[in-house]
Amino acid sequence: MASDMSAASLEELRQIIDAHLHLEGPLLPMLHGIQEAFGHIPAEAHAPIAEALNISRAELHGVISFYHDFREKPAGRHVLKICRAEACQAVGGEALAEATLSKLGLDWHGTTKNGAVTVEPVYCLGLCACAPAAMMDDRVVGRVDTARMDEMLTEAGA
Amino acid sequence: MKDFIIPWDDRDMGTPAKEGAPVTLSIDGFEVTVPEGTSVMRAAAEAGIQVPKLCATDSVEAFGSCRLCVVEIEGRRGTPASCTTPVAEGMVVHTQSSKVRKIRKGVMELYISDHPLDCLTCAANGDCELQDMAGAVGLRDVRYTAPGNAGLANHFEARNTSGEANAQWMPKDESNPYFTYDPSKCIVCSRCVRACEEVQGTFALTIAGRGFDSRVSAGGAADDFLSSDCVSCGACVQACPTATLQEKSVIEMGTPDRSVVTTCAYCGVGCSFKAEIQGDQLVRMVPYKHGKANRGHSCVKGRFAYGYATHRDRILHPMIRDSIDEPWREVSWDEALSFAAARMRGLQEKYGKKSIGVITSSRCTNEETFLVQKLTRAVFGNNNTDTCARVCHSPTGYGLGQTFGTSAGTQDFDSVEHTDVVIVIGANPTDGHPVFASRLKKRLRQGAKLIVIDPRRIDLVKSAHIEAAHHLPLRPGTNVAVVTALAHTIVTEKLYDEAYIRERCDWDEFQDYAEFVSDARHSPEATEMLTGVPADELRAAARLFATGGNGAIYYGLGVTEHSQGSTTVMGIANLAMLTGNVGRKGVGVNPLRGQNNVQGSCDMGSFPHELPGYRHVKLPEVRKIFEEAWGVEIDPEPGLRIPNMLDAAVDGTFKGLYCQGEDILQSDPDTKHVAAGLAAMECVIVHDLFLNETANYAHVFLPGSTFLEKDGTFTNAERRINRVREVMKPMNGYADWEVTQMLANAMGAGWNYTHPSQIMAEIAETTPSFAGVSYEALEEKGSIQWPCNEAHPDGTPLMHVDGFVRGKGRFIVTEYVATDEKTGPRFPLLLTTGRILSQYNVGAQTRRTENVVWHDQDILEIHAHDAENRGVKDGDWIRLASRSGETTLRAHITDRVSPGVVYTTFHHPDTQANVVTTDYSDWATNCPEYKVTAVQVSPSNGPTDWQEDYAAQAEKARRILPAAE
Repeated sequence: MASDMSAASLEELRQIIDAHLHLEGPLLPMLHGIQEAFGHIPAEAHAPIAEALNISRAELHGVISFYHDFREKPAGRHVLKICRAEACQAVGGEALAEATLSKLGLDWHGTTKNGAVTVEPVYCLGLCACAPAAMMDDRVVGRVDTARMDEMLTEAGA
Repeated sequence: MKDFIIPWDDRDMGTPAKEGAPVTLSIDGFEVTVPEGTSVMRAAAEAGIQVPKLCATDSVEAFGSCRLCVVEIEGRRGTPASCTTPVAEGMVVHTQSSKVRKIRKGVMELYISDHPLDCLTCAANGDCELQDMAGAVGLRDVRYTAPGNAGLANHFEARNTSGEANAQWMPKDESNPYFTYDPSKCIVCSRCVRACEEVQGTFALTIAGRGFDSRVSAGGAADDFLSSDCVSCGACVQACPTATLQEKSVIEMGTPDRSVVTTCAYCGVGCSFKAEIQGDQLVRMVPYKHGKANRGHSCVKGRFAYGYATHRDRILHPMIRDSIDEPWREVSWDEALSFAAARMRGLQEKYGKKSIGVITSSRCTNEETFLVQKLTRAVFGNNNTDTCARVCHSPTGYGLGQTFGTSAGTQDFDSVEHTDVVIVIGANPTDGHPVFASRLKKRLRQGAKLIVIDPRRIDLVKSAHIEAAHHLPLRPGTNVAVVTALAHTIVTEKLYDEAYIRERCDWDEFQDYAEFVSDARHSPEATEMLTGVPADELRAAARLFATGGNGAIYYGLGVTEHSQGSTTVMGIANLAMLTGNVGRKGVGVNPLRGQNNVQGSCDMGSFPHELPGYRHVKLPEVRKIFEEAWGVEIDPEPGLRIPNMLDAAVDGTFKGLYCQGEDILQSDPDTKHVAAGLAAMECVIVHDLFLNETANYAHVFLPGSTFLEKDGTFTNAERRINRVREVMKPMNGYADWEVTQMLANAMGAGWNYTHPSQIMAEIAETTPSFAGVSYEALEEKGSIQWPCNEAHPDGTPLMHVDGFVRGKGRFIVTEYVATDEKTGPRFPLLLTTGRILSQYNVGAQTRRTENVVWHDQDILEIHAHDAENRGVKDGDWIRLASRSGETTLRAHITDRVSPGVVYTTFHHPDTQANVVTTDYSDWATNCPEYKVTAVQVSPSNGPTDWQEDYAAQAEKARRILPAAE
């Protein structure tokens, strides 16, 4: 929705795109830059990126959709990632995930109504030795149980 | 590629052919020698061994994703994919070891576990590579099924047995009118995505998501095929191994059982197609891999837009009427022909031998065109013959004839693969010549540089992965000034190829020319005000072309359709000679011919001053050849050109016309003048598929046959003579050459051709450049580029290799003279016209196909600055007026055109863009100046009076009386 975006934001978008153009393989750094600034890759960014790099919108869609971390919409204020890989599953990770989702009344990728937390699946955080593992924003947490999870969620304001 | 029809030379070799030193290896014990760089898969195919494969096809580079083509190679570890492994000397390959057989069966089992088993009711039944491969690897059982209570782990079932929706299932995308995308059948081999990128160069497709979520996606997240960048060329459909991308015609009709190789009847690229049929029903057109013009590629028109051939508007019975305000009467062929013959002879008796004439068609075959000009020369006894090339490429014939000595392009299309710098001037290949554009874009992606000289920012200037190094957006009508300024830069900066010029061209003439262009008034700085092209950009472009390696120039009607069309063609030839760019691969002067057989119709003597083979009628030795062959005396005086015929008609001296396969009323400039000329004639015979606009003024209508219904040959822009083969019998009863023969015989000619091959034999006998052409030779070689004679028995892919045909290349001074069509206070904007991908010329054919979903009306492109001044908003109805006339259409605001320039297409008769164009024309050839008209644009409420009168007249003129019982 072009109308949703202010002129200032469009200008910022343009600056981020321009700042990466000199790189070899500029698309991913550019997308990271945009996600960092806006919290997601707004639809308004597609046309200017495709134009600047002379790629088609299909190609851009292919790249953005390949990486789960690029978002179409902004996430909540905090992002909780719960590991669903084998080691965590083996020690109750699945039950923990289900309990967390049902407590918050969310499905995967959902955001709490107050916008505090978005819950996402992740496939291995490299913490198999202290499974089940989760990550709140940039902080990884091992041996998570429901109590620990509640604590984290409260802290995050969910 | 789908390979249901199996001529054995049409096998899929798996990966593209390579060029290189020979390498010998052993495959399953057989020795095979292939060029270096060839894949093991292709080498095996050369040895007659098919390695099972899914993601590989020879139209795109290997990808190595399906893992079905694994082989064992002695001395190497593991099981490499044969498609991505290049051959090596002495390699020993086993394609059917027990190890790889087991792997393949396992891979296939996984594929089939996520594929519906509805083969019997599937549109690709019998034409499916997945099916073939399941058979080839001996798959007998699929052990993988979804666990009992879990969600469905597949993409093909919409719901599970409890009725819960499957989130992975996606419905069919039927938005494209010609093919469907059924994601449930997709094996994600990426062949379609790669074909769109590598073959077509549009990049409209991608794989969205990853892993199990990977899906083929057209455009962005919200797009379907129709809203994406897809141009419907069919390359993806051709590449798809399953029914995922499938022609709707095959879904409806089933698989074809027979195929005929023939030549497309749209643009001058002249693509070869396999017409695939059931009985006399055409199921689909498939680009022919061995077609040397298209190399297995196609565009939306040739591949899909053939529905007009069976459209209900086609007229299948001859019709006559005494005057044009009467309704048509359907009559027998005999009655129509004797009516026409009696009228034509009567006109000659009353008004003289020269009061009647013919117009040949660039849409018909060489043989048909030859007969029509023979009709006027041998039966009417005059030279009143002209052709639609008059209004498109006649300046090419004149200009290249003067400078090089032949009236044709110098290269074949393969030449573009060797070019380093390309100038595209006055052409829009992605719309007008799409298959050539794809080949050009492929070369550009490999690093060749592009210079675009066009008033409009055409797609080639910038689109995915290609960008012109220079775009010179000149004002319409200033081609000569720009081309001369390029030459000025090359000459004054001493960038010309002196050795080449001294060896191949007339040095004295070069010096005169050099002195002329060196004059400061031709400098880019001096002409900038006039042309609107920034001088430094123009100089940079000239330097690039002169120093960038192999330089090729491609041009279209934006060069020829001007009052100085011939001058620009000569200027282009000068540029090529200056830079030493004629006579080898990758260079040359390449006119992009508008219609399938413009080249052929010019070759066949359609012009009033030239007998077949571009020999002037005034030459007694040439006339003698035909006089002896035909047993008649040929008039030594050149006849009338189309505009002269119309002028003479208005004056009352030209009274009868036989017009084959051309709609001059819609396609020729200044529609009102054309209408007045036609209305003044007493016998207009229209020979066409449809009651076209010209037929509104006709007295006799002879039904025509389509290219699918006859044998013959077309000659494309690279002088390539391609066979047209009869796919089905003519619905109207006769091929066009038969109709012309019947008309001639009704006038007492006594011709008795029974097959077009006899006409070709007569052409070969009388015309030196065709001496070696025969249907047998065409059958053997596939196609032949003329000249083909004793000196060049296999034809001539490249012209002027050892020197110019005329001897020394001739530099001709190109003085810029502004057109008389000038802007002023009343008409301040310049209109230029062009065509669009999905429609073709007057649209008589493409408007009668589903192509209208892309372009259902003509639109005026106007710059925001000019629109705002006039209070015009995007999508508004506007009135477009010139000194000649006015029409209305909708406006589209865009920055593709510069301020001061507007642009539209001429595909729709209810718009009739040519009401607006003027009767100014090229000084040498009378080619009309379609590309420059001074106009005014203003808001409007609806159709003009002229449009309403015209529609009423057309409706009245098209009435047909029911046939007498």
